[in-house]
Amino acid sequence: MSADTETHEGGHSEEWFASAKKIYPMATHGLFRRIKWTLLFITLGIYYFLPFIRYDRGPDAPGQAVLIDMEHARAYFFFIEIWPQEVYYLTGLLIIASIALFLMNAVAGRIWCGYLCPQTVWTDLFLWVERKVEGDRRERIALDKDPWTFGKIRKRATKHFFWLMIAWWTGGAWVLYFNDAPTLVWQLLTFQAPMIAYVWIGILTTTTYLLAGFMREQVCIYMCPWPRIQAALTDEKALNVTYRWDRGEPRGSLKHNKELAAQGMPAGDCIDCYQCFQVCPTGVDIRKGMQLDCIQCGLCIDACDNIMNKIGKPTGLIAYDTDENIERRIEGKEPVYDIVRVRTVVYAALIAFVGAIMLFTLLNRDFADISVLHDRNPVFVEQSDGSVRNGYTVRLSNKRRHTRAFMLHVEGMPPNTLVEAVGADSTFAGRPIIEVGPDTTREVRVLVSSPSWEKMPQSTPVTFRITESVMGEVVTTKDTFKAPGEP
Amino acid sequence: MSDTHNKEVDQISGVETTGHEWDGLKELNNPLPKWWLYIFYATVVWAVIYWVLYPSWPLVSSYTKGVLGANQRQEATAAYDKGVADRAQFADKIVAASLEAITQDQDLLQYALANGQAAFGDNCAPCHGSGGTGAEGYPNLQDDTWIWGGKLDDIHTTLLYGIRSDNDDGRFGDMPAFGADELLTREEINQVSNFVASRAGVETDADVDLAAGQVLYEDNCAACHGDNLEGIQEVGAPSLMSANYLYGNSLDDIKAQVAAPRNGVMPGWVERLDPATIKSLTVYVHSFGGGQ
Repeated sequence: MSADTETHEGGHSEEWFASAKKIYPMATHGLFRRIKWTLLFITLGIYYFLPFIRYDRGPDAPGQAVLIDMEHARAYFFFIEIWPQEVYYLTGLLIIASIALFLMNAVAGRIWCGYLCPQTVWTDLFLWVERKVEGDRRERIALDKDPWTFGKIRKRATKHFFWLMIAWWTGGAWVLYFNDAPTLVWQLLTFQAPMIAYVWIGILTTTTYLLAGFMREQVCIYMCPWPRIQAALTDEKALNVTYRWDRGEPRGSLKHNKELAAQGMPAGDCIDCYQCFQVCPTGVDIRKGMQLDCIQCGLCIDACDNIMNKIGKPTGLIAYDTDENIERRIEGKEPVYDIVRVRTVVYAALIAFVGAIMLFTLLNRDFADISVLHDRNPVFVEQSDGSVRNGYTVRLSNKRRHTRAFMLHVEGMPPNTLVEAVGADSTFAGRPIIEVGPDTTREVRVLVSSPSWEKMPQSTPVTFRITESVMGEVVTTKDTFKAPGEP
Repeated sequence: MSDTHNKEVDQISGVETTGHEWDGLKELNNPLPKWWLYIFYATVVWAVIYWVLYPSWPLVSSYTKGVLGANQRQEATAAYDKGVADRAQFADKIVAASLEAITQDQDLLQYALANGQAAFGDNCAPCHGSGGTGAEGYPNLQDDTWIWGGKLDDIHTTLLYGIRSDNDDGRFGDMPAFGADELLTREEINQVSNFVASRAGVETDADVDLAAGQVLYEDNCAACHGDNLEGIQEVGAPSLMSANYLYGNSLDDIKAQVAAPRNGVMPGWVERLDPATIKSLTVYVHSFGGGQ
């Protein structure tokens, strides 16, 4: 914050708005850099190539392992096929995902932000391109200050070309999840793909290019809600990327601190080399402590360890640690690492619980379904012989890949009740048998007539039961039979 | 504005003022924000492009057409034609198939019911009600009481040519006005009405000669309504056996109908709707549940 008290007094203008300073993260190497590269390869590999994995579901079904088929309203994940009304599986996945985020946070801070978040992964990839084309931190700073020469234009053009290629491929992979991937790739190459595919590729190319190329750490600092939530969720036991100030302070240049040490004065291990700051992708000085801008990617740990090795000091001046442990070391106690504590156990148990529910429902999933809608106009019809008829719209779902027949029975009605289904294929013992094609639904109009309505109340609860003809799968749903009787 | 007024510069901000002053407060002449200005220019450019491409300026008896030749009426017509063409694959099959065949084919039945429901709402609901339950004078299509027959073919014929309509093939039934044309006396009308009421379970007058009423019925009514009041659908004479009458179920309603019958009209739809739609309507009305 710059002081602006002078403005009113002195009358000279001052910019009230300061642009975020451009960050030039320096390359580093070490354990966390290797972890990040590995995770980048795995996650982007899954994202870019998963749509091409085939899975045989039979001749009439899509052969793509992971597919969201909007046109036919089905989602496929290997052996799982989800209908729109089963979207609660997605809810379950989202619940697991959020609790997993809490668990990561309770164990070791912003693991998600530092290693797995798409924003981090794509920014890392874009930075790698930038580094390959324009050079490392110093060269990039110098290049920005250079006048526009042919060499600078060539470098910039090359960088943006590769960025756009990656961004385009990102958008391209996205649309493959919504259509048969090889077919769509061919359509895209021959300009015969549906317009919506090009639109989505365009949107995601733009967002990837802008978010990973230009906005980068500003997305984390200004746009993302997770740092705010994370700060409220963390506790003193959670591991975080921590500068061990008990060991590092007082900081000073290598020479200065050696002199201090020689005189028996206190001297820290931090030689104030700013390597931790220069490698940071969000421009954070970790020595100021835990802060919202820090995505805890661990690159400063690598940078610091490299320096410590060079000056012959033990590594780990910056490390995954807790504030509590720093206090304990100052007091001369051993540090404690409580990964297993109430919080982590509860989160893990919640994940297991929700996962178990989802697994149970998935294994016991109905492959047939029935929904009933009672006629509203008219609610009932009196016939000339004194009987009363109710009309229902019944929709049967067959989630198997072959045609199946269902026998319909309405329970809770007197024995002389007549049940008819308009368009029923046959009847068995007065019960309509309705065939439903493979992987589809069928709507039939069902008419229920009862001659004994005078003994019936205005509303009688009834159960619609369908029984599959071969395997005997039973599904029921409830409705009512209306009559002009007493309430 | 001219440059005549003194350009006063605000001391604090260093910005020129417009010369407007209210109680010592002076308006600064800051420029418009650039982003705003550029968007404004862009909209101006867009407007000019739009004038060239699309219909825009009204002329005396016409308007500028635009080079793209966009025309919403043509778009609507094209969309309608496409809809008809898309439906043709089903509509053609519906026309070709018999009514029974339609009810036995899953796909055709589904199409006919959907098409019938839409057409019913557009054409039939004003008289018969959106649920087909009718009203006084307009038959209920949900129950099993049919004046001209409730089989698929009967319903189809009624739909095609109507009842007492302009169409020469239309159904025609004409009940004599026994009172207005003085075919029966007031007392005779009273007696025959009470007789019908007694058979239909409607409360009758206290001291009426029902036997005389029965004789009058057999002489005047049975030819059309049948010996046992069962009605004859071929001539459109409704059954009088139970009190679900088109023009009301009270004794007074019966008397009124005997004295001066009302004869409702249903238009024939053969000139108004295409054959596939009329067949769809037939199947839809039959599916209400009263169909025979």
